[in-house]
Order: sequence, then structure tokens, then C-alpha cells
Amino acid sequence: MRELIEHLTPRYSLGAPVFQRPGLTFVDVKRDKLRALLLDLRDKHGFTHLVLLTAVDWLEEGRFQLTYLLNNRAADQTLGLRLYLDRANPMGDTIHDIWPTAATYQRELREMFGIAFPGSPRVDEEFILEGWTDMPPYRRDFDTLAYSQQTFVERGGRETHEPRATMKHKLYPEG
Amino acid sequence: MFSFQPDRSQYPDIGPDGKFEIDLETGKFLKLWQGPNHPGITGNMSVELTVNGDEVVEGKTHVGYLHRGFEKLMERRTFIQVFPIVCRVCVPEPDFNEYCYAAAVEELAGIETPEKAKWIRALILEMGRFNSYMMSIGGIGGALGNGIVGQWLTYVRDLMLDRFEELTGARIYHMFILPGGVRAGLPEGFEGRMEEVLATAERYLDDTEKLLFTNAVFKKRTKGVGYIDPALFESYGVTGPNARAGGVAKDVRKDSPYLVYDQLDFDVPVEHDSDIWARATVRYRDLRVTIDLLRQILAKMPKTGEVMTSLPNVLHWKIPRGETYIKGESSRGEYGYYLVTDGSGYPRRVNVRGPSYTHAMALLEHLIPGTNIADVAALMVSLHTYPPEIER
Repeated sequence: MRELIEHLTPRYSLGAPVFQRPGLTFVDVKRDKLRALLLDLRDKHGFTHLVLLTAVDWLEEGRFQLTYLLNNRAADQTLGLRLYLDRANPMGDTIHDIWPTAATYQRELREMFGIAFPGSPRVDEEFILEGWTDMPPYRRDFDTLAYSQQTFVERGGRETHEPRATMKHKLYPEG
Repeated sequence: MFSFQPDRSQYPDIGPDGKFEIDLETGKFLKLWQGPNHPGITGNMSVELTVNGDEVVEGKTHVGYLHRGFEKLMERRTFIQVFPIVCRVCVPEPDFNEYCYAAAVEELAGIETPEKAKWIRALILEMGRFNSYMMSIGGIGGALGNGIVGQWLTYVRDLMLDRFEELTGARIYHMFILPGGVRAGLPEGFEGRMEEVLATAERYLDDTEKLLFTNAVFKKRTKGVGYIDPALFESYGVTGPNARAGGVAKDVRKDSPYLVYDQLDFDVPVEHDSDIWARATVRYRDLRVTIDLLRQILAKMPKTGEVMTSLPNVLHWKIPRGETYIKGESSRGEYGYYLVTDGSGYPRRVNVRGPSYTHAMALLEHLIPGTNIADVAALMVSLHTYPPEIER
């Protein structure tokens, strides 16, 4: 994998790789190089399987991380490509023509993180949520607790145990 | 041989692109919902079918009936508090969630698992696979008019649930594989009782083979139906038995061995027709392999040794910034967890990669056009999808 990364780095301006364990590597990639890199990896280097496409919200850093996880089964290698998008106006490039199954991932990212993928099939159709008008719920600044307190009515007569305090009491009764 | 051909003389014309122009106003097309409450659907999902006579011209998968926002809930919980939630992502085979999450946390936190715990984890995962295949083969029998197979195999699955209860204390959600190892060793005499279950299972599987796989109706309705072109496997992310039924021996246990699979002796069953029959056959053969693996694991497992490493104080447990992906071969294909940590006491992001995500969405929508209404249920069941892992 080191040789492949060394081979690809000058051509696609890759960032410093992280060799997480034998068989799993992560590397940063720039948006304008992504498509060419994906095609190169798929067609020339055997990374034919798109394992997943997901996003990580780095709220404090003001950016989203898109992770494209690709697998080369014959070589037993998985490569994670990390692409950073501006959080204020997140816009990704669709890859549904490379892997048709990516359209589902992009539709989910559009709904859950509010990341736009222009040109992706049915990307604006509701996927999991129905009639959702609030902010995309998987963003870090969406407060699930506040949302449920506003949306649902507390049922009387139920005792609620705050998990952290309960666990502390159970594990360390002496304090 | 069945030779009836329906009269299609009044069907609308096909456009130049080979597809119908779907206009409901013409009265030539009809919308038909299969699910979310339908005997021919696997779990809480639905397929919106557009039909033209008895032929389906378009299908759209709808999910979200079971969305509980697990991935988001996990971000609000400490690493140890996440562990009782993960198994809920997939009801019929929850143990892969426990294993993948635990292994991901262990990798990022630098924790070693004791050898015996690895064997017990493999045992639990194979027991889960056994149950999942029992439901799957019973389900496909049920969907194609052989309900008795479903009843037999549900009984056998129940016997395995007894073993789960004995080992873990729970029947469905076991919460047994946690970061650092497993909660306990095997109870005394477990091997003997497991052998009784496996012997019973084999008897019922012999009967299933005679009743289901030699049945003329079952053959007629599955052979050549629901064909997936193996050329689509990579582009549509097809893994597991669905790929093995089309001649591609994809199996994470062999391709990228985890736990103790490199010490076990087994072959991956492969079929070549890539239709519903081939998928059912691959699962049946793989179930036989699973039974053999369960026996091997119990025979080869170390009799003594620790099953749990001591963890740091779990209330103040912080894991350095990092990310990893852990995968395993579930009964439906590649199951994986992508875990991102940021140095705090909470996960930054957990993403569950369930095989149904690709099989029941893009792939199913691609396969449905052109099928007969009556075959949609069999097609769906043959893909063996569990909707909770799509919407999480």
C-alpha cells in the first residue's frame, strides 16, 4: 500500500497517509482530484468495491469530512479517502455514474447532513425522514435532547435515571 | 411445462429508450404498495410498484419506518454506554454490531483481546449466522408457499435461542461482546447441549432439502427468476451470499480473516446461476458450513484462559483522535463499523455499513423492472435484507 500511495501522491496531491493497520489506510484528497483518483483506483488498481460513503461533522473546525472507503478484495486492502468540505456551503460531487449505489449514500448525506450533490439521482427526495423541516439532524449542532423535549410530551409517573449518574452509583457505590 | 402467455395486445407502447412513459392518467398503469405491512416483505420497509398489467415497470424502495437515529444517539453516549445500543441496529443478527463496535474501540484505544474471548466471539457470531440463515430459508419457503419449512426452521432457531439464553442470559439482544472481550466463559456442559441442537438442526435440514429443494413449484418459481448479472456486483456493492450465488467467492472470513477464522477449516459454497434458486442454495449450503464451524470452534477452543481484559475507568474513558473501519462477514454480506474518535469521551461519528443498504435500495430498484408482480416477494426475500440496518 505504501508504494501505491507514493505512486499516487505527486499525481493527485494527496495528503500525508495514515496507516491505521495492515490493510487499512486513510489519506486526504482534494475535491478537484477526487473523481480522477476514484476512476484510477477503480480501473487500474483494483479498488472496485465502494464500501461506504459517509460524512463526519467537524463543527469546531468548520468543515465536513467525506469518507470514501474503497476495497481491493484481491489484495485485501481498504483505502479511505478523506475529502474536506466547507461547512457553511457544503457541496460534493456526485459519483453515482462510477458506482450507482453511491446515489443512495448521497441521498442520505443530503438529508442527514445537508450536503448537496448536484446531479445525483433522486437526491432531493425524502429518504428516511418524512416532512422534516428542522436542520439536518446528523449535524453536530442539532440537539437531539432539546428536540425531543420540544416535540414529545413527558409522560407522568415515570422515573428517569440519568445514565451517567446511575452508572457511577452502580460501579462505584462508595463514591 | 407451463406455457400460458398473457394477452398484452392492449399494453401501452414502449418508448424509443426501451422504457414505458409512465402516465397514471392513461389508466394503463397502477400504483401498488408492497409493504410496509405485507407477508412478502422482509421487515419494516415497502416497495412502491408501478405495474402495467401483471408486469412491474418501476419499483422504489421506501424505508424510514424504523428509524431511531442510532448513529446520532451514539454520539451522545460514552464509549461504554454505546455498547448496549449497537445490537439494536439489526434484530435477527445483532452480534455483528457488538463485535464490530467492540473491535473498533479496541483498535483505537489500543486494547488487546484475550485469545479465548476471540473464540467465544467467533462462536457467538456463528450462532447468530445459524439463526439468521434459519429465518432466511424459512422465509423464502414461506414466501413461495412452503410455510411448513418456515415453521420447522423457526423451531430450530428457537432451540439455538435457548443456547444463546444459556450463554448470554438473553435470547435476542445478547449484549455479550463488549470492548475488551466477552462477558463470560461457556457454562458447564454447553458443548453437549449445543451438539443436541446441531443434530436436531441437521435432521430438519434434511427434511427441508427433500421438501423445498426438490419441489417442482419451488424450482419453477425460482430458477431463472431474479437474475443478477455478476458484472453488477462491484458497481452495486453486492457482497455475501448474493455474490456467492453468482460465482464470486466473496467472503470476509476468507478474504480478510478476523478473530480465529484463519484457524478453522472451511470452504465457501459458491453457485453460478445468480438467480433466486442459486441464492437459496448458497444459503442452505452455507448453513451446513456454519453447523460444521460451530462444532470446530467448540472442539478447538482453549479450555482455560481469561475472557476479558481490564478496561480503564469507563466513566472517564477518553480515546485519542483517530478513525478505523472494522468488518465481518454476516449472513447477508459485509457488515462494518466506521468509527471516528476525537480525543473526547464520546465517539465523534459511528457509521454502520449494513449489507442491506446496497442490496435493498439501488440493487433492488434496478432488478424490479420487468418482473411479474407475483415474483417481487420472492426476489426481495432472496436478497435477504434487514431494513433496520438501512435506516439505523
